[in-house]
Amino acid sequence: MNCEDAKPLLDSFADGELDLVNHVQVEAHVDECLRCDHIYRNRAVLKNALADEILYFRAPSELRSRIRLSLSESQTRSPITRLLKWRWMPAFATAAILTAVLLTTFAIYRDRAVDSENLLANEMVSAHIRSMMVGDTHLMDVPSTDQHTVKPWFEGKLDFSPPVADLSQQGFTLIGGRLDYAGGRAVAALVYQRRQHVINLFVFPNQETGANGERLLVKQGFNIVHWTRSGMTFWAVSDLNAAELQEFAADLQS
Amino acid sequence: VLGTNRKIDFDEVFLPHLDAAYNLARWLTRDPADADDVVQESFMRAFRFSAGFQGGDSRSWLLKIVRNTCYTWLRKNRSRETSYELDEEQHEAVSGDPEAILQENIDRQFLRKLLEGLPPEFREVIVLRDIEGLSYKEISSVTELPLGTVMSRLARARKRLQADAARATQSGVLG
Repeated sequence: MNCEDAKPLLDSFADGELDLVNHVQVEAHVDECLRCDHIYRNRAVLKNALADEILYFRAPSELRSRIRLSLSESQTRSPITRLLKWRWMPAFATAAILTAVLLTTFAIYRDRAVDSENLLANEMVSAHIRSMMVGDTHLMDVPSTDQHTVKPWFEGKLDFSPPVADLSQQGFTLIGGRLDYAGGRAVAALVYQRRQHVINLFVFPNQETGANGERLLVKQGFNIVHWTRSGMTFWAVSDLNAAELQEFAADLQS
Repeated sequence: VLGTNRKIDFDEVFLPHLDAAYNLARWLTRDPADADDVVQESFMRAFRFSAGFQGGDSRSWLLKIVRNTCYTWLRKNRSRETSYELDEEQHEAVSGDPEAILQENIDRQFLRKLLEGLPPEFREVIVLRDIEGLSYKEISSVTELPLGTVMSRLARARKRLQADAARATQSGVLG
């Protein structure tokens, strides 16, 4: 090995970072070359001087404590862990439970309201279908086009007096009335007709005092309009089209 | 690899290298207060990134973060120092003259000033090798330089330091 090859390797040689073959060759060259030996010795002296403890900067103890503190803070400072900090837990738990209870209550209340309306609507449709069955003579207990005949007929048969309106001027002919049973009670069923379509109007008292707007439902192909007025609940069920059935409901309420 | 209790594991794995981190930061910033800040920031960064630590050489992993934090800090606060591009060949002064003999008892504070006067790219390899005692492979991992570059840069850095020492001695700056 000559100087040209050895020179770039002298530092690695001094560092003991050469592979065995190169190490042996550089060592042999340094033994016989004064200039390279001189450089090598300079490196050894420099390395020895740099290894002096005086030139090593040790971390101040305050820095060590500061970093320890920052590390434990950074554990609790992340947004999620801060939110989950114990002192906030009671408030969060209370809020969560309250929200859950409110939502559940509302959902149950709403579902019950919807369910009871649905249930009643089903009963009304069943009653309507029953009244229309072929051979069934039960469409009317009191066949009459006269409201003054129909209305008194209910007296003594019901614990309430259903309003009976004459809507012949509006094209809805009263053809009779009967007793029926729906929603767990006896109800008045007033039978109207428009063309070939029969309308069953179920009437029964309601605890609610206010007036509820009309609601239009469709069940099993029948249109249903129901509303509440002056403590009475009205259910009109028919195969008549929805627009005319709503017209019927509007005429009754006017 | 850090387990479920990240904080405790992190402390155990990385806090033992606090001196190494501080030494490198102190040599690169050349200021105790700045080194404090850089090291603290480095540990916070290391903690944030520690999920990505795949085990192995934790000292090199930490020193890489310290080094990057230092250079980011230097660029921001002392852009003048890192503005020049280090030309690997530029410092390869082809001199026929033999190196001056380095005195065994060279003054350590003088040596410190000389080392602080080197470009950071030269300074860091000497600090990592001769003061921190890292292997070439470890230096390569900290600096993300190829092994051959670490080797040649270290040789040039020492040659430069040696020349600076000789020049200062000759002009009577020694003290």
